[in-house]
Amino acid sequence: MARKSQKSANYLSARTIRRTAKENRRITRQFEQKLNRKHVAPSEYATTMKDPANVLEVEDLKTYFFTDAGTVKAVDGVSFTVPRGKTIGLVGESGCGKSVTSLSIMQLLQRPQGQIVSGAIRLTQDQGQAVDITQMPISAMEKIRGKDISMIFQEPMTSLNPVFKIGSQLDEVIGLHNPDMSREAVKERTIEMLELVSIANSRAVYDMYPHQLSGGMRQRVMIAIALACSPKVIIADEPTTALDVTIQAQILDILRRLKDQINSSIVLITHDLGVIAEMADEVVVMYAGRIVEKGTVEEIFKHPSHPYTLGLMASKPVVSRHVERLYSIPGNVPNPIEMPDYCYFRDRCDRAFAPCFGEYPPMISLSPTHKVACYCYQQSADTKE
Amino acid sequence: MRKYIVKRLLWSILILFFVSFLIYLLMRSLPSSYVETVARERAAANPQVSYKQWLERLNELYGLNVNPLQGFFIWLSQALRGHFGDSWYYGVPVTQKFGSVIWYSFALGAAALIFQVALAIPLGIQSARKQYSTLDYATTVFALIGISLPGFFFITILKMVFAVNLGWFDLNGIVGRMHDTYSPFRQFLDICQHMVLPTLNLVIIGTGSLLRYTRTNMLEVLNSDYIRTARAEGLSERRVINHHAFRNTLIPLVTIIGGTLPGLFSGALITETLFKIPGIGYTSYEAMLAGDIPFTMFYLTFMAILTLLGTLISDVLYAVVDPRVRVS
Amino acid sequence: MANHKTSNASQTTREAQELLSVRHLKTYFPIKSGVLQRVTGYVKAVDDISFKLYPGQTMSLVGESGCGKTTAGRTILRLTPKSAGDVLFEGKDIYQLDAQELRALRPQMQLIFQDPYSSLSPRMPVGEIIAEAPRQHHIVPKAQFDAYIDKIMKDCGLQPYHRDRYPHEFSGGQRQRICIARALALNPKFIVCDEPVSALDVSIQAQIINLLMDLQAQYNLTYLFISHDLSVVEHISDLIGVMYLGDLVERGTKKEVFARPLHPYTQALFSAIPVPDPDYKMNRIILEGSIPSPANPPAGCKFHTRCRYCMAICKQQVPPSYEVEPGHVVNCHLYAGSPVVDDLVGSDDMEQQLTREKLAASGDIAAGAATARGQLSAEEIVSETLKEEARADSQGAVLDRGRKWMQEREQQLERMQADRRQVETAAAALQDEAAPAVRPDDSSKTEESLK
Repeated sequence: MARKSQKSANYLSARTIRRTAKENRRITRQFEQKLNRKHVAPSEYATTMKDPANVLEVEDLKTYFFTDAGTVKAVDGVSFTVPRGKTIGLVGESGCGKSVTSLSIMQLLQRPQGQIVSGAIRLTQDQGQAVDITQMPISAMEKIRGKDISMIFQEPMTSLNPVFKIGSQLDEVIGLHNPDMSREAVKERTIEMLELVSIANSRAVYDMYPHQLSGGMRQRVMIAIALACSPKVIIADEPTTALDVTIQAQILDILRRLKDQINSSIVLITHDLGVIAEMADEVVVMYAGRIVEKGTVEEIFKHPSHPYTLGLMASKPVVSRHVERLYSIPGNVPNPIEMPDYCYFRDRCDRAFAPCFGEYPPMISLSPTHKVACYCYQQSADTKE
Repeated sequence: MRKYIVKRLLWSILILFFVSFLIYLLMRSLPSSYVETVARERAAANPQVSYKQWLERLNELYGLNVNPLQGFFIWLSQALRGHFGDSWYYGVPVTQKFGSVIWYSFALGAAALIFQVALAIPLGIQSARKQYSTLDYATTVFALIGISLPGFFFITILKMVFAVNLGWFDLNGIVGRMHDTYSPFRQFLDICQHMVLPTLNLVIIGTGSLLRYTRTNMLEVLNSDYIRTARAEGLSERRVINHHAFRNTLIPLVTIIGGTLPGLFSGALITETLFKIPGIGYTSYEAMLAGDIPFTMFYLTFMAILTLLGTLISDVLYAVVDPRVRVS
Repeated sequence: MANHKTSNASQTTREAQELLSVRHLKTYFPIKSGVLQRVTGYVKAVDDISFKLYPGQTMSLVGESGCGKTTAGRTILRLTPKSAGDVLFEGKDIYQLDAQELRALRPQMQLIFQDPYSSLSPRMPVGEIIAEAPRQHHIVPKAQFDAYIDKIMKDCGLQPYHRDRYPHEFSGGQRQRICIARALALNPKFIVCDEPVSALDVSIQAQIINLLMDLQAQYNLTYLFISHDLSVVEHISDLIGVMYLGDLVERGTKKEVFARPLHPYTQALFSAIPVPDPDYKMNRIILEGSIPSPANPPAGCKFHTRCRYCMAICKQQVPPSYEVEPGHVVNCHLYAGSPVVDDLVGSDDMEQQLTREKLAASGDIAAGAATARGQLSAEEIVSETLKEEARADSQGAVLDRGRKWMQEREQQLERMQADRRQVETAAAALQDEAAPAVRPDDSSKTEESLK
């Protein structure tokens, strides 16, 4: 009997799936219609930045996936800001929503299932203007992708089109966003970009196909493509995960150097705390679609506060820090479908106490920059006020 | 690349030799031969000479008095010099008969292929772009019907609807009754009109698989990382599909279509037979029924060459369109 | 080869104890081309590696992708045919066994794969996946079989009711537990773990690493751990072998290798590990270029194309194995002053060094130093430690060794600086792209990395 109920919990009946699918189509159609509109007046998505020092502000972003098995709240109320010239690190394990956040910013979600449900993503424009990406139709979005905001992906091996030469892929981006440049000028700029990412024989690489390059070289080309139009924000989604450590060192080096050179900001998404410590100015720790802790890199690494952040740091062995036994967070990441309304980490937390059984904890400020979503710090915050 | 093609051609020659040998053996071992039929007829018409005598005389005349092995090499040595002999059934040189009928088959095949490609590729791409939409489901049903129902079934339906009920076309044949009285241009139109139903039939049965193939490939390409990269670069959706995705979808399509090009000359046996179109398919079908060894040998060897050529073309095309293959 | 034999004779007693002995193992994959598919070259995936492994130890092979570490693991298990060399498992050459003997030996040597998603048959319930092979090999009597499987599953953190479930119902970490249970159920002595945690999330990684270490203690398992993640390697292993393009360029105990990486490649590799500490001063050695093709490796030392200390000799001669410290062997011309060792002797010293480190860890430095001289048995060590004068004496020995080491380093530094000057003048003469490879801050970096 117990087995049977187990089964019914794991398997959905065909009827339920059909009903959910129908309902999903109804919901997603509305979003799709809004996204596919043409000739939308720019005033409709124009907005202003809360703080002019920021280039990107993400506010209460909710991105859901409407699947046949149910609605997955992949990103559920995420807010963070990216100041000009800074690097923001987004850390978390797979399925925590860090990649979905980045794809939401780029409007590159797997549609029609994935949709931005609510929230705002404000991207700064020239002369104090700003646009809200969540309100933009695809046609307007295409104009800022690659120009104001660009992205570097995880898989350098498959992220370049195999049938076009490196040069023509770079030329295309540069030509697209600089329509008044001549063909020769575009090519010169391409060669210059390739040299900028430390590709020695840039003229030879210009005429090569992606498969003729190694993984590290392809990632350099990806960086060159992303930086070709000097974007304000670069989203780097696990840019070095697929690469070897020595190549990773090269790539991080290039990223750091070029960010300063073109004066843009980086949103760095990774699961590697080492990379974050090395690159980021501010860190956002995500768990199950929500931010559990954020602060400056010193605050996060010197005073990690959320039990999940602590667990994450303790469970990764570190060279020259000897421990008999690794700490391991018990249990698994919860099922993303139909999350309960209490701290998602409660069932894996060794510090859980009475308040944790209530609703999801609010963000508690430990310092002006350091915020944590955990009831353990309610007390200290209250006394401070 | 040249080395590879030469190697493939050498292999093809070897394969051709064995294929033609096998065909010859099969033809010789058929239970009723052309010669036997003729001998029986002659013996019945002229009782002075017995069936056996007729058979011996005819065997000698047609070169069947040697064993199959010898017979094959005689045929081969003739064939290598370009002499394929006279067709027993049609009574004219094989190549002459072939030359007079092949263009009907070619025209039919080419028209069908053009319509297939023109229909399958845009529909396939659209249904991949809008996966699970009404269009996608409709094309899937259409494709599956085309793939799974046999050609003669459609032919019957087409004839029923368009020839019998509507009376727009003739039931069969390549020319109408009044063909000889027309001006040359009218004659051409007349032939075209008779080609409509056979072409339609070939399109119906051939488009489905090509359409599904396009759709699968396009879906795969659309889900790949480099398409996401192209979108992230800010390219318009039109350019992403028509430039970045299409080039990649084209790779397997070109090889498949390239491989079918020699097949244009092979004729559509069932369609031609049912519509009584004097193409190569219909002609060789009649020849085979009669046990006409020279014609059948020529046709089947020709088919073998076409098949080998088809695979070679598709392999070479693969290397041409896919830069990853070109280097290694 | 004669050298090899004499060392064999003197070490027959040791041979009996060791679980695995790999001698000059090579795995070449032929490259075929042309009409006749003639072999025109070889991909030297594994090119002469030697080491020994004793029961209960963990040896890690580290290196970047394409360095041959996975092929090495597979060749040791005879899953990929070798090209040369021997693999001795408990004194038996596994490449001499016939099919039946090999089949009988298979349960003792198991393999855990990297990808827990594709290495489990999706159509088989978990209980059957784990029980299939032990049933075939009659690991336990039929009557106890079910209880045995339950125990194995429990040891691997799986519940008995998981037996009827299918792999797709499990998360990545759970699947890796199933893979481990499948290997463990055959009661193996030796397990090759090929990147067992690379595909897992950090918090799950920790669970699996802990599980592997617990099982090692419980079942006295011996691991050959293949990984590119150096922090995991440092945590789990006793011995470390660093591979580059099929060569085992450096090997030693974990402590030695991490405290004093000798080979320039090891130094670069270690310096590239990102440390989760924002205050950490980065002293990174950025390697230029990428790994050369193993089908056409550079002549001489394979690393010379990317090496900062590349000398003339490196381009011509393959460096022999130098034993720079007891049990710490490196294939690099920089250490030309140190004694050249036959690989087998070197490996043996690695074992002794490990014993020393263990003793040292238990606060018995003197005993450790005494073993350093290599003539003492365990009992002697204990009695020795009781003697005061011996203690003083051996402490002196430790200091001496340290001093000698420092001197050698200084000499080496001088050598390298001289070399650099040579390169610089050459570069200045050439005035081409080669010049930026030698940076002005090189010498300071070298000093830092050596200290």
